Amino acid sequence: MQRIGVFVCHCGSNIAATVDVSKVAEMALMEPGVAHAEDYQYMCSEAGQAKIAAAIQEKGLTGIVVCSCSPRMHEATFRKAAERAGLNPYMVEIANIREHCSWIHKDMEEATKKAVILMRAAVAKVNLNTPLQAGESRVTKRALVIGGGIAGIQTALDIADAGYEVDIVEKTPSIGGRMSQLDKTFPTLDCSACILTPKMVEASAHEKITIYTYSEVEKVSGFVGDFTVDIRRKARSVDMNKCTGCGVCQEKCPSKKAPSEFNRGLNTRSAIYTPFAQAIPNVPVIDREACIKFRTGKCGVCSKVCQAGAIDYEQKDEIITEKYGAIVVATGFDTIKLDRYDEYAYSQSKDVITSLELERVMNAAGPTHGHLERLSDGKAPKEIVFIQCVGSRCADDRGKPYCSKICCMYTAKHAMLIRDKYPDVNVTVFYIDVRTPGKNFDEFYRRAVEQYGVNYIKGQVGKVIPKPDGKLLVQGSDLLDNRQILKEADMVVLATAIEPNPDVRKIATMLTASIDTNNFLTEAHAKLRPVESPTAGIFLSGVCQGPKDIPETVAQAGAAAVKAIGLLAKDKLMTNPCTAHSDELLCNGCSSCENVCPYGAITYEDKEVNDHGIRETRRIAVVNNALCQGCGACTVACPSGAMDLQGFSNRQIIAEVDAICR
Amino acid sequence: MQELINRAKELLADGTVARVLGWKAGDLPYNPEPAYFETAEALEDFVYNGFCGANLSKYMIEASKMEGKTMVCLKPCDTYSFMQLIKEHRVDREKAYIAGVGCKGKLDIEKIRARGIRGIESIEGAELTDDAETLKIQTIYGEKSLAYADGMLERCHVCKGKEHVIFDEQIGESKETKDAERFGEVERIESLSPEEKFSYFQSELGKCIRCNACRNVCPACSCRKCVFDSNKFDSSQKANVDSFEEKMFHIIRAFHVAGRCTDCGECSRVCPQGIPLHLFNRKFIKDIDELYGEYQAGADIDSKAPLTDYTFEDAEPSIVGKRG
Repeated sequence: MQRIGVFVCHCGSNIAATVDVSKVAEMALMEPGVAHAEDYQYMCSEAGQAKIAAAIQEKGLTGIVVCSCSPRMHEATFRKAAERAGLNPYMVEIANIREHCSWIHKDMEEATKKAVILMRAAVAKVNLNTPLQAGESRVTKRALVIGGGIAGIQTALDIADAGYEVDIVEKTPSIGGRMSQLDKTFPTLDCSACILTPKMVEASAHEKITIYTYSEVEKVSGFVGDFTVDIRRKARSVDMNKCTGCGVCQEKCPSKKAPSEFNRGLNTRSAIYTPFAQAIPNVPVIDREACIKFRTGKCGVCSKVCQAGAIDYEQKDEIITEKYGAIVVATGFDTIKLDRYDEYAYSQSKDVITSLELERVMNAAGPTHGHLERLSDGKAPKEIVFIQCVGSRCADDRGKPYCSKICCMYTAKHAMLIRDKYPDVNVTVFYIDVRTPGKNFDEFYRRAVEQYGVNYIKGQVGKVIPKPDGKLLVQGSDLLDNRQILKEADMVVLATAIEPNPDVRKIATMLTASIDTNNFLTEAHAKLRPVESPTAGIFLSGVCQGPKDIPETVAQAGAAAVKAIGLLAKDKLMTNPCTAHSDELLCNGCSSCENVCPYGAITYEDKEVNDHGIRETRRIAVVNNALCQGCGACTVACPSGAMDLQGFSNRQIIAEVDAICR
Repeated sequence: MQELINRAKELLADGTVARVLGWKAGDLPYNPEPAYFETAEALEDFVYNGFCGANLSKYMIEASKMEGKTMVCLKPCDTYSFMQLIKEHRVDREKAYIAGVGCKGKLDIEKIRARGIRGIESIEGAELTDDAETLKIQTIYGEKSLAYADGMLERCHVCKGKEHVIFDEQIGESKETKDAERFGEVERIESLSPEEKFSYFQSELGKCIRCNACRNVCPACSCRKCVFDSNKFDSSQKANVDSFEEKMFHIIRAFHVAGRCTDCGECSRVCPQGIPLHLFNRKFIKDIDELYGEYQAGADIDSKAPLTDYTFEDAEPSIVGKRG
């Protein structure tokens, strides 16, 4: 029989204001196995922990239940306190009477009733707890960064500078990401490429960094400290070791009609291409769908003109398998599709463009070589209208409910740059709110209004109508003047909402990292662990976690790197002793558990068993404790209940349910 | 039938198999029962007719442990169960010589009785070789007749087809007897209000006498020790609680066989209380089909069962939730 101590925390008024804590303690004494119960203002405080230790020693407790906040907050605290007092840490259970009870109820009587039930369930479980011992596992001292934008590059550089090997996996042919597509950056207006390219070069030259471009993560197995990842290196059709990057192949390629991804489809590129001049690596890839040789078998011009003999039409995708201790996700973002925003005439007029497209238009390497011109007729615009919050802060399901955070600032930037370079162009910005909460941000916006005379109108645009003469009629409202506005424009620029890169769903699934309803990766704790995923060993860098600008992305990338370094610096990790094991007399050998195990921890052995006098050889599931992560999927899949999880045994869980239903 | 017996005798004689697993005549014309035959003489009792509904796949779990091969007679739909058992490593393929026996639909004595046909002395037209579409039944009240299809088991009206998915040799012709929608009854129950559903299940499951026939006959219920008999979970005690049967036993059983049930219909065939137990399993099958794409347990050896497999295309839990 266990001797259980129950400790009920007031959490100041967080719990005590809604739950009658002394009643919970009083009721606890009536539960089987409970030898001691008390309540205290802050159980997690030193004094509170001392009370637990004293009770363990004085009353000879064999197990304890702490009725307090979520185990995610203080389970470790109480386990350590119990361990210091001589108790096995796995004899501690938490009954969450805060998040699961006091915070979500208003009625004291009801909440107290529920708190008693939660306490009862935890006591029922502890009655069946057994002491468990944690093991150790090794840490592979290598990190994987998924995504080669500014977030991924910065994280990789910081980890590599700390002395650890880092691999960057980038889906496109070059690292650089979205930042490489930007022209100038707010609030200092320095050229994006000028500040990004040195970082790209540094990453590519760093002896600790390996960059896999045109590659994708295909499979992830293992767990914190010991992940095994398959990386698919897509066939480049160009030998990276031979290519000198001279670019002749791209010049001579007769197929030049593929839309340029880098220029957002505003112009075309050759079938063999590097996405942009500063691409790293400076080795082109053949787009096999656009390539005449791959489509018809006839051509081969690139191969003929290549002095280095680097063109390899036979090249195949290659799978690299590598082990990592930590994985950082830096998959970035894209702008949303505008097919549900027909009112802005994006699909009807070439002169309605997104802000990211405007970046390319204003860039010297862009489709117009940096000249501001209408994409329909190449004429210089005189009137430009910017529309803010296209798809952001959207109440219905056409767009996104969140603020994309960067649009107010880049729109101010665009407006300012246009007014500076083309003072004869009128710029109007329709906005809901102007949000500029960053260092030197509001000053920047005010400069646009006060110094550059940008016309800001508070109100939304209802419709953009392309006119037969090529002009655009913008119909909006001015909420401050309370009037409707009809304005003729030559160009309309849409501050399109950003969303996480759609590939992130697949990656999150592979990593068992959770994502929210908007596909942003969720943090282990929104405030206190913002760069860690709830899945151990997975870290978050950049916009994959939430909208942010470059300075914030770089700061977060560094933070993610520090967390990864903290993990890689460890030689060994304590393993979770809550692993599965199979009862060989109940096991059917049916493979259900093996099929669902995400860690490959279950194998089968032909084993001789003695089942109540019947000796026979049976196919029995065997769990490798070093691989098992205690997820419990096998225990659910097992039809005969032969699989059981230490610390969460079937009997313990049924006992909890029974206690709740009593 | 004679062809089957002759072939069984040959296989026993040349040592290919050590025994034959088939059906022997019962004490009434309509209740043959599963039996092993080890000699040519014993095979004199062998029968195979329209009343041989029993699915012999599950017997192969024990037969797999015996010396030598067993010739097992499997109807087309039984082979799905056998295949599923191979997948679950519960039977040894090498220990089985599968005689894929022909089938033109199996008969349900309860359906015949429900037509008011009682006091049956003999039945004509139930042999596999009979082409007659009508059963001629001699009763103590005189001769009665019944269309073959009207006497068929429910499962034969939703026949899986005449193909054996696994066999060593095929003996006898088969006929597809499907003439009803497989999920028709499930859809009808789905359309009921929660209260109506509850009272439907209450009235059906309330008949359960917990004889365990459904569990014992079910090829998917092949655990060495059933959780309901195990002292490991305190569930054996719970089984004695009032109204437990109607609330839990069949529901838990349906969950345990979900994704593995081939819809062989044995549970309903053997239920002495006539509870349509197969509907639970069929509801799961329908849900699996709708959520994860059509899946037939036991149709092949390689495919992964949707409930123990994960693909990127799988339905999201929120979508599952919305269906109510």
